[in-house]
Amino acid sequence: MAAQAGSGAARPAVPAGGPGEMAAYRMRRHQWLATLGAAARTRRGTVGLTLSGLVVLTAALGPFVAPYSPTAFVTVDFAPPTARFLLGGDDLGRDVLSRVLNGGWVLLLMAAAATAFGIIVGTTAGVGAAYLRGRSDGLIMRTVDVLLAFPQLVFALLLVSIIGPKLWLIVIAVGMSHAPAVARVLRSATLDVCERDFVKSAELQGLGPTKIMVREILPNLVSPLMVEIGLRLTYSIVVIAGLAFLGFGQQPPAPNWGTMINENEIALTVNPWGVVVPTILIALLTIGTNTFTDAIARVAIGVERPPDEAALIDDIGGREPVRLP
Amino acid sequence: MCSLMSARTSRGPGNDHPIRSLVWRRGLIGVVTLFVVSVVVFAATEVLPGNAAYAILGHSATPARLRALELQLHLNRGLLDQYWTWLSGLLTGRLGNSLANGLPVWTFVKPRLLNSAFLVLVTGVIGSVLGVAMGAVAAVRKDGWFDHVTSVTSLAVTALPEFVVGIGLIILFATLLLHVLPAVSVLPPGTYAWTQPRLLVLPVATLVIVIVPYLFRMTRASMIEALDSDYVEMARLKGVPTRRVIMVHALPNAIAPVIQVIGLNYLYLAGGIVVVETVFNFPGIGQGLVNAVTDRDVPVIQFIVVVLAAFYVIVNIIADVIALAATPRRRTAR
Amino acid sequence: MSSPPGSRSAPGAGREADMAAVPGAQGAPGGPAVLAPAAAGDGTGPDVRLEVIGLEVRLASSAADVVSEVSFSLRSGEVLGLVGESGSGKTTVALALLGHARRGLAITAGQVRLHGVDLLRLGPSQLREARGRTAAYVPQDPAAALNPALRIGTQLREALTAHPGVTPDVPARIAEVLAEARLDAGTDLLRRYPHQLSGGQQQRVALAMAFCCRPSLIVLDEPTTGLDVTTQRHVLDTVRSLCRSYGVTAVYVSHDLAVVAELVSQVAVMYAGRIVELGPTAEVFRSPAHPYTRGLLAAAPSPERAEILVGIDGQPPRPGSRPAGCSFAPRCGYAIEACSAEPPPPVQTGSRLVRCIRAATIRAAARERTPVRPLASARPATLLSVRGLAAHYGPAQVLSGIDLDLAPETCLAVVGESGSGKTTLARCIVGLHAGWAGELTFDGAPMAAGTRRRSREQLRRIQYIFQNPYTSLNPRKTVGQIISQQLGHFTQLSFQQRSARIRQVLADVALDAGFASRYPDQLSGGERQRVALARALVVEPDLLVCDEVTSALDVSVQAVIIELLRRLQADRSLAMIFITHNLALVRSVAQTAVVLRDGRIVESGPVSDVLERPAHRYTARLMRDIPRLTAGAPPESSRSPAGH
Repeated sequence: MAAQAGSGAARPAVPAGGPGEMAAYRMRRHQWLATLGAAARTRRGTVGLTLSGLVVLTAALGPFVAPYSPTAFVTVDFAPPTARFLLGGDDLGRDVLSRVLNGGWVLLLMAAAATAFGIIVGTTAGVGAAYLRGRSDGLIMRTVDVLLAFPQLVFALLLVSIIGPKLWLIVIAVGMSHAPAVARVLRSATLDVCERDFVKSAELQGLGPTKIMVREILPNLVSPLMVEIGLRLTYSIVVIAGLAFLGFGQQPPAPNWGTMINENEIALTVNPWGVVVPTILIALLTIGTNTFTDAIARVAIGVERPPDEAALIDDIGGREPVRLP
Repeated sequence: MCSLMSARTSRGPGNDHPIRSLVWRRGLIGVVTLFVVSVVVFAATEVLPGNAAYAILGHSATPARLRALELQLHLNRGLLDQYWTWLSGLLTGRLGNSLANGLPVWTFVKPRLLNSAFLVLVTGVIGSVLGVAMGAVAAVRKDGWFDHVTSVTSLAVTALPEFVVGIGLIILFATLLLHVLPAVSVLPPGTYAWTQPRLLVLPVATLVIVIVPYLFRMTRASMIEALDSDYVEMARLKGVPTRRVIMVHALPNAIAPVIQVIGLNYLYLAGGIVVVETVFNFPGIGQGLVNAVTDRDVPVIQFIVVVLAAFYVIVNIIADVIALAATPRRRTAR
Repeated sequence: MSSPPGSRSAPGAGREADMAAVPGAQGAPGGPAVLAPAAAGDGTGPDVRLEVIGLEVRLASSAADVVSEVSFSLRSGEVLGLVGESGSGKTTVALALLGHARRGLAITAGQVRLHGVDLLRLGPSQLREARGRTAAYVPQDPAAALNPALRIGTQLREALTAHPGVTPDVPARIAEVLAEARLDAGTDLLRRYPHQLSGGQQQRVALAMAFCCRPSLIVLDEPTTGLDVTTQRHVLDTVRSLCRSYGVTAVYVSHDLAVVAELVSQVAVMYAGRIVELGPTAEVFRSPAHPYTRGLLAAAPSPERAEILVGIDGQPPRPGSRPAGCSFAPRCGYAIEACSAEPPPPVQTGSRLVRCIRAATIRAAARERTPVRPLASARPATLLSVRGLAAHYGPAQVLSGIDLDLAPETCLAVVGESGSGKTTLARCIVGLHAGWAGELTFDGAPMAAGTRRRSREQLRRIQYIFQNPYTSLNPRKTVGQIISQQLGHFTQLSFQQRSARIRQVLADVALDAGFASRYPDQLSGGERQRVALARALVVEPDLLVCDEVTSALDVSVQAVIIELLRRLQADRSLAMIFITHNLALVRSVAQTAVVLRDGRIVESGPVSDVLERPAHRYTARLMRDIPRLTAGAPPESSRSPAGH
C-alpha cells in the first residue's frame, strides 16, 4: 500500500504518539498480520491454533521421526500395541505409528493446493464480476449459478471414476468446487466496497479498472478474504480426507489418514488404534482450523468498526448514524 | 445460495408475479444445468482417452468381448448419435443394464434410491427442527448457559468430516464403548431400510450431527439480528407482550436466511450420503455410486449422477421460492 | 416550571413493583394499576404531569455516565424541545422516559414521574402496560421501526390490542387516528407493507400508532429527519394540532434548532449528557446564557440573511473521557480557570436554568453575525456552460433540459429535494455518470460523457467532494498517502515538493501537519471532510463540486466547513457548485442559485432574487415551509392532499 511504482509516494511520517498509537498504526499498515496476531491471542484463537498446529507438526515432522518404513511388513496383522510397536499393527502387519506419522503431509499439501486454487480463481471471478458489472457480471454469475447447481463431490467422483484417482485431478476438482462459493462471497464483499465513495474518487482520476481493483478495492477485502481462506481450507481437508476414505486418494500401499480409517475399520474390535488415531488427528485438525477461522472472523468485525464512528451515532449504544436525506 | 442474487432482481418495475418469474428463470437455469450435466456425464464416461470399453474390461478384453461391449454401449456409432441415444433413453426410461450385475439399471437402482430418499427425508426433518429450535432458544436466551454450551459445541462439530463423525459414533455406540447399535447394515440389497429401523439410527444420527450446527448458528445469528432490530425495539415500546414480539415480530423476519440454509442442508445431503452410506454399508444410491465408480459401471454412474443433479436443481428452486415467499418486501410491488 | 435537579434518589436500577394505587386510575378489568389516560380538551392545567428527577444512564460495561443529572418538569399540554448534537445523549434520555435503555446501557438513577407514578419503579408487566398506553414513542426512522414483514393494519391494530380496555371499537379508533394523521385510509393503506409507503407516509403511520391509545406523554425522536421540507412541515403541523387537541405532554428531540423553535414552549439544550440550559424557547433563543447554546445559534444558517456562520471547533467528549470540570470548557471561548476545576452547578434565574458560572456575562453579550461581504463582481466570462442536458438511469429519465452557466470565481447553489436529480447533475458534470446527452463546455472546450474519455487536465481542473465523509476516504491509506496519490497522478513533483504541498494544503484546511500520518478512522466527520477538501484542493482545480458535503455533519461542524469553503473560494478564486437540500445554507455560501424539481430547473438567478422574490410556486412553497429560528410559528400550510 505504501509506494506506488515509479512515482515515489510521500513516505508517511511515523506518528509521534506513544506506543498505543504506534501499535494502532502498525495494525493498519499490515492489517492481515495484525488480525492474525490478534486472533491468536483470543481464547478461541489460541485453542484453534494449538490444535491445528499440533496436527500440522505431526504431519510435517512425522516422516522424519517414524521408527519404521510405513510400507514395511514388520509385525503380525492387527497386533496389539507393544513397546516396539506403540500403536500396534494394521490390517497387513505394518506399523500403525509409522503409517500415522507419514500419512498426513500429502493430505495437508493437497488441501492447501486446492484451497489456493479455489481462492485465486474465485476471488478473480468475484471481484471482477462485482466491479465490472454489466455483462461480465451476468456472465460470471450465471456460470457460478450453474456450477453451484450440482453436487461437486459427486462430480469429483465422476471424474475420478474415469481418469483414475490422480492426485492433481483431485486437487483441481476440489479447488473448482470452492471457486463458485468463494466468487459469490467475494462478489458481495466487493459490491459493498465498490459502493463507497473513495472508489469513485479514484475513478475521478481517470484510473483504469484493473488499477482500481488492485489498489483500492483489494486491500479492503483482506478480512473477508482471510475468513474465506480459513473456511475453504477446513472444507478442503474434509473433502480430500473423505475422498481418501472412499478409496479415491493416494493408492495403497501409501499411508494416508483417510485410507487408513477405511482399511482398519474391520479391525476396530481387535486393534482400534489404526482407526482411532487418524480419526482423532483429522478431527483435531479440522476443529482447529475452523475455530481459528472463527477467531479471525470475530477480530475482523472488531477492526472494521472504527471507534470514532461512534461519535456520529446518535448516542452511545445506538446503532446507525443519522440517515442521510 | 442462488437466491440472494437473482431474487433481488425479481421484483423489478412492472414485475407483478415475482414468484412466477423466479420459478420460470430458475427453472430455465435448471434445465440448462441438467443439460450441461448430461453432456459432461456423457463426455466423461464415453469420450475420454482410450476406448471406454477397453477401460472397462481392462485386461480381460479379448477382441470378441470388446466388440460385444462396444455394441452394447453403442460405441460403434458416432458421438452425437450415442449421446442422443443415451439422452432419449434417459428421458423415456430405457436405461440399459448395469455392467456389474446385468440387471436393468432401474431395477437395480430403485430400492437404493428409495432407501436414500428415506434417509435424507428423515435426516432433513429431524435436523431442521432440531437446528431451528436450538438456534431460536439460544438467541432468545443469549449469553445464557444454553447459548454458550451449544455455540461452542457447534463450532467444534461443524468442522468434522462426516466419516469422522460416523466412525466416532461407531466407536462409541457399536464397538468399543457401548454395544447398543449395529455398526454396519446387514440389509441385503433390494430391501427397504424402514423395515429395520435399528439400522437407521446411526446413519441418521451421523447426518443429523453434521447438518445441525450450521443451521443452529445461522438461526441464532438471524434471530439475534431480528431481536436487535429497530422494529422489535419499537414493538416493545408499544407495549406488545414479549411472547408476541418474539413469535410475530422477530421470527418471521429471521426465517428467510434460515430457509436458505435448510435448503443448503438438503443439497449437502445429496453428497453427504455418499460417504455416510459407505461408512455404514447402507444400501442407498451413495454406496451404489461408489461401487459403480469402483466397478466402472458406466450406465449406473450416469444415471445416479443425473438423478442427484436433478435433486439439486429442484431443491434449489424450492428453497428460493419459499425464501421469496417469506420476504414480503421482495415479492410485492411498490 | 422547571424544578431544581433533585438529589439522586432511589436505589439503583431495580424495579420493584409499585403496589400503591394510583390516584385517578381507572382499574382496567383484571389488569395491574393503570395510569389515567389524558383527559380530552385543551388542557393546560396547573398540575405537573411529567416530572423527571436526576435521570442517570450509564454504560453497562464501564459504568461511564452517558447521561446524568437530567431533570425537568412539564405541565399537561406543554411541549419540551430537547436539543443537542450527536453524542449529547438526547436519544438516550428520550428512551429512558419510557423506561427503556438500549443494549449496553442501563438506567442507574433518577425518577420519571408521570401522573405521580415513577415509571422506572414499575414492575415489568406494569411498565409494558404503560408503554403505548400512557407514554408513547415516535421513532426517528420509521422505515426501520415498522416491521417489514407485517402489514400496516396489523401493526396499528396491535398497538391497541396490546392494551385491552383502551377502546371497545378498535377499527373505529384506527380510522379516527389515521384521519388525524392525515392519512387516507381508503386507499387500502392497512393492507400494505411498510416498504410500499413513502417516507412521509411511514412517519404519519408512526404518529398514528403513537396517538391511538390517547397517551398522556409522547416522546418524539427527531421524527422529521430525512423528510423533505414540505413533508416535514406537514408532520410538524400534525404534531402540533394533535398535541393541542388532546392536551398531550410531549418531548420533542431534535438537532435542528429551527424546527424546535416553531413547535415547543420550553427548550432544553444538552451537551455531553447534561442539560446545560433550560428555559422558554423564545427567551433562550433571543438571549442564550450558555456558551454552547450561543455557539449553536451562531452556527445555525438563516434563509433570510447572508451571514458568516460561526462553528465550534473540536468535538464533544465521549462517555468515559469527560473532563474534570465543565464538559464544554475545552471548546469554550469564555472559559476561565475556574471552569475546569469542577462541573458547574445548575443555577436558576427566573424561568431559566443554566450550568455555567459565567452565565450572566454571556447572556448580556451581544449576538450579531457578520454579514457576508459580497464578492467582487465576477468577470463576465463563463467557466462552465451546460446546454440541454438530459440524463437517465437505465429507462428512467432523471434530468431534462438543464441549462446552466457558471462564471469563474462564483459559487452556484443547486437546490432540490431528494429525487430532484441534483446529485445526478453533479455527477454528470464531473464525469461519474456517463448516461447523459447534451452539451457541456468547460473553459471553452467540450467535455466528454465519462471520466475515461476526458483528458487528465480536464480531470484535474474539476474536483468533487462527496457527501459521506465516512466512505469517501480509503480506510487502508493514511491521510498523507491519500493526498499524495492525487499529486502523484496529476503532477510531476519531486518528493520534497510533494511533502511541502501536503503540509501547505493541510494548513489551508486548518489541520495540523501531524494529520498526514493518521488513518481516516482516527478522524471525526468534520476532520474527514476537511481531508477530502484538501485532497481536492492540492491539485489547484478551477472548479469544485460539493455534493451535500455537510448533510452528514452536526450543525456546529457544518458551520466550520461552510465558512472554510467560503474563505477558500475567496482566497483561491475558485468556482464552486454547491449541491444542497437545505435552502437556509445557500445564503452563507453561494452567489447564484438554481432550484431543481423532478429533473428540471424551475428557478435560477442571484441568491437574493431566488430566495426573496421567487418566480415559481415551488420555490415559494419551499421558502414558506422552512422552519425558522426567529418569529413565531408561521401560518399553517394548507391541508395537504391526504397520503402525501
